[in-house]
Amino acid sequence: MIPELGHIALILALCLALVQGVLPLVGAARGMPGWIALGPQAALGQAVLVAFAFGCLTYAYVTSDFSVLNVAENSHTLKPMLYKVSGVWGNHEGSLLLWILILVIFGAAVAAFGRNLPATLKARVLGIQGLIGVGFLSFILFTSNPFNRLLPAPLEGNGLNPLLQDPGLAFHPPFLYLGYVGFSVAFSFAVAALIEGRVDPAWARWVRPWTLAAWCFLTIGIALGSWWAYYELGWGGWWFWDPVENASFMPWLAGTALLHSAIVVEKRDTLKSWTVLLAILTFSLSLLGTFLVRSGVINSVHAFATDPTRGVFILLFLVLVVGGSLALYAFRAPALQGVGVFAPLSREGALVLNNLLLAVACAAVLLGTLYPIALDAINGAKVSVGPQYFNAVFIPLTTPLVAAVAIGPLLAWKRGDLAAALRRLLPAAVAMLIALAIGLWLLDGRSFMALLGLGLTAWLGIGALCELALRIKLFAAPASETLSRARGLPRAAWGMTVAHLGVALLVMGITVSEIWQVEVQQVMKPGETVQVGPVEYRFLGVEPYKGPNYTAQRGRFEVLEQGRVVRELRPAQRRYQQPPMETTEAAISPSLLGDLYAVVGEGDAERGWAVRLYWKPLVSWIWLGALIMALGGFLSLSDRRLRVGAPARRRSEAAAAAE
Amino acid sequence: MRLAYVIPLALFVVIGLGLAVGLTLNPRDIPSALIGKPVPEFSLPPVQGRTQGLSTADLKTGQPSLVNVFASWCVPCRVEHPLIMALKRENLAPIHGLNYKDDPADVAKWLDQLGDPFIRTGADRNGRVGIDWGVYGVPETFVVDGNGQIVCKHVGPLMQNDVDTKIRPLLQDLAAGRQSKVKC
Repeated sequence: MIPELGHIALILALCLALVQGVLPLVGAARGMPGWIALGPQAALGQAVLVAFAFGCLTYAYVTSDFSVLNVAENSHTLKPMLYKVSGVWGNHEGSLLLWILILVIFGAAVAAFGRNLPATLKARVLGIQGLIGVGFLSFILFTSNPFNRLLPAPLEGNGLNPLLQDPGLAFHPPFLYLGYVGFSVAFSFAVAALIEGRVDPAWARWVRPWTLAAWCFLTIGIALGSWWAYYELGWGGWWFWDPVENASFMPWLAGTALLHSAIVVEKRDTLKSWTVLLAILTFSLSLLGTFLVRSGVINSVHAFATDPTRGVFILLFLVLVVGGSLALYAFRAPALQGVGVFAPLSREGALVLNNLLLAVACAAVLLGTLYPIALDAINGAKVSVGPQYFNAVFIPLTTPLVAAVAIGPLLAWKRGDLAAALRRLLPAAVAMLIALAIGLWLLDGRSFMALLGLGLTAWLGIGALCELALRIKLFAAPASETLSRARGLPRAAWGMTVAHLGVALLVMGITVSEIWQVEVQQVMKPGETVQVGPVEYRFLGVEPYKGPNYTAQRGRFEVLEQGRVVRELRPAQRRYQQPPMETTEAAISPSLLGDLYAVVGEGDAERGWAVRLYWKPLVSWIWLGALIMALGGFLSLSDRRLRVGAPARRRSEAAAAAE
Repeated sequence: MRLAYVIPLALFVVIGLGLAVGLTLNPRDIPSALIGKPVPEFSLPPVQGRTQGLSTADLKTGQPSLVNVFASWCVPCRVEHPLIMALKRENLAPIHGLNYKDDPADVAKWLDQLGDPFIRTGADRNGRVGIDWGVYGVPETFVVDGNGQIVCKHVGPLMQNDVDTKIRPLLQDLAAGRQSKVKC
């Protein structure tokens, strides 16, 4: 009964989406206020209906209703409650429902918070959102219905893939989708602007918070996914350039570019058609990611049961959305003329450089991801593009980018003075030289990459702080003035500094953990000890262990620092019954200085166990850096300039003076 | 309409065409290394409540046969089960079961309740033999010729269409001793 109600709610939501996708657009074109006013109501109604359907599916999971095919295939009575709930989106149909839920929540948010938008723009934005909703709701109803029944109902479900039974992964998809789908709002704004033929600073100010919110969520989602790969897959790596990782990384790169180019539109009323194009591309890359993952074109952990009709459907949808919007762009964008002329050496010039590098990096990732598909399509060859390619193209592209991040904020709008900016960055240059000297001394000049990473970390980290210090006149004015300036500084400025510091910390984490990692792989017998980096691991043995839905062989290690036991690590090999599968549970003791990481493999008491032990210095800063970037985004989002309804003129005098 | 503004659309058209072709190919169609090779050497005890186990010799009787890898915990196996029962009634070839990583009581109950299409059923409790067969998901179905050579491998549940266009014609050709045109 409950699943049927959910099914009906989805059908009604599709009907409302059709209303929302057609009437407000027609109303805006013909100037019919009644039809325009339908948009927000349809958007809110759709959100309620989809939320209800999502609740129905969750209910079926929580009560283990195996007469629902989707539940029988992906759940099990013995599963802990957290994974029963996260199991709702741990499969194709359910994750699609989550996608739609987030889409309609964003639509409802535009309807509810977009009170100060011009009526026609709002109607068009909601109309485009409605059309996207039509696509996804028909996709789920016609090819991937999560409410299909299975009769007779089996006594027990099939279980969720044990690799996915993990707290990090329970929250990874929702964040990722908040990012992917959040970009749909920027897309709708872009298409609406193309239809209206008008892009101005006000438009940029309306788009920016949505883009920023989506970007923050996507950053967190990617960080969670990477963290999961790090501790759950047990290989000790944190990024593999897997096509699915790339699928989430490409919208992130394009979204980052969009964030920065929208600033130029807002402040300088130029770079319009490029910004609109970026908004279209960012969401298109999100859709492309969905296509790659869900159609079975590429093979991966994320490619749940695949089915050719689904692939055809998503491809058609992709062609309609991306092809349609790009065709509209081809017709309307030439009319979007910018007013400002700008010098290459200026804030906007630096932002263009940022956009250029991010766009090329994004294109390089796209090329590497699609190349195997292209080759397979042309001559049937099966290849995979590995980290060698990505590292080879990505590092040269991001190095100047990271270097420029420190300089850009110090350049003035319209006409910047590079020499003056560099003079102000003197402390950063000194810090970079010190970092290089330390690196040379520690490494004997062995690794160019390590020096590059260390130098960039110091340059950007200190550079971002320099910029902040200049703004608040740290040490250059009495402390009371500094304090009041710091208080008066707009949140957006704080957000930028924090986000840029996050980039520096991320680069630091990557560099140090790659270069100074210590890895020991060997066979150990109980009682033996081995030195790994700054600590000693003593192997105590392996014991059997039983969890709620698995049995395990759990190894025990004592970690000794200068002969003193400081920690115990218990890596395990789990064997799940349902579905039968073995997983490696690495034992990790994280700290800000570095992670201890232990994996125990095959073996027995007589010959010993194969173990892998690591010391990974500063590795946590990779994820902390990403989280700090997201935090910067949220800080900027809380800026009153972006808060809906807050007129720009209420900005404080101090903030205006500081800019 | 200026030319530069059409470039994104043109690029997307190229990518879209590539994806459309890519969609018709299956990345999981990894050509099985076992096709045309003799079946691996193995010998499995029968599952609980049955007397006939499965071993290499049972597949080299001069008669083509079908080997179905299944498990009671696998929902797709339940989906294809009626088709396998129907195939048994057609009497084209002996059908054998390879019971993969299963609980003895569960599989006995499964076969008793749903019907047992298999002549011989080997219990591969730890999945060791499955590895030799190159099994990477349940269900899988193998067509083996009379000399014990693997002719065809089907991954995933059998659908009516698979039986009509692949399995049945292949078995008929093998039984008649003629070269089969069925693509595997």
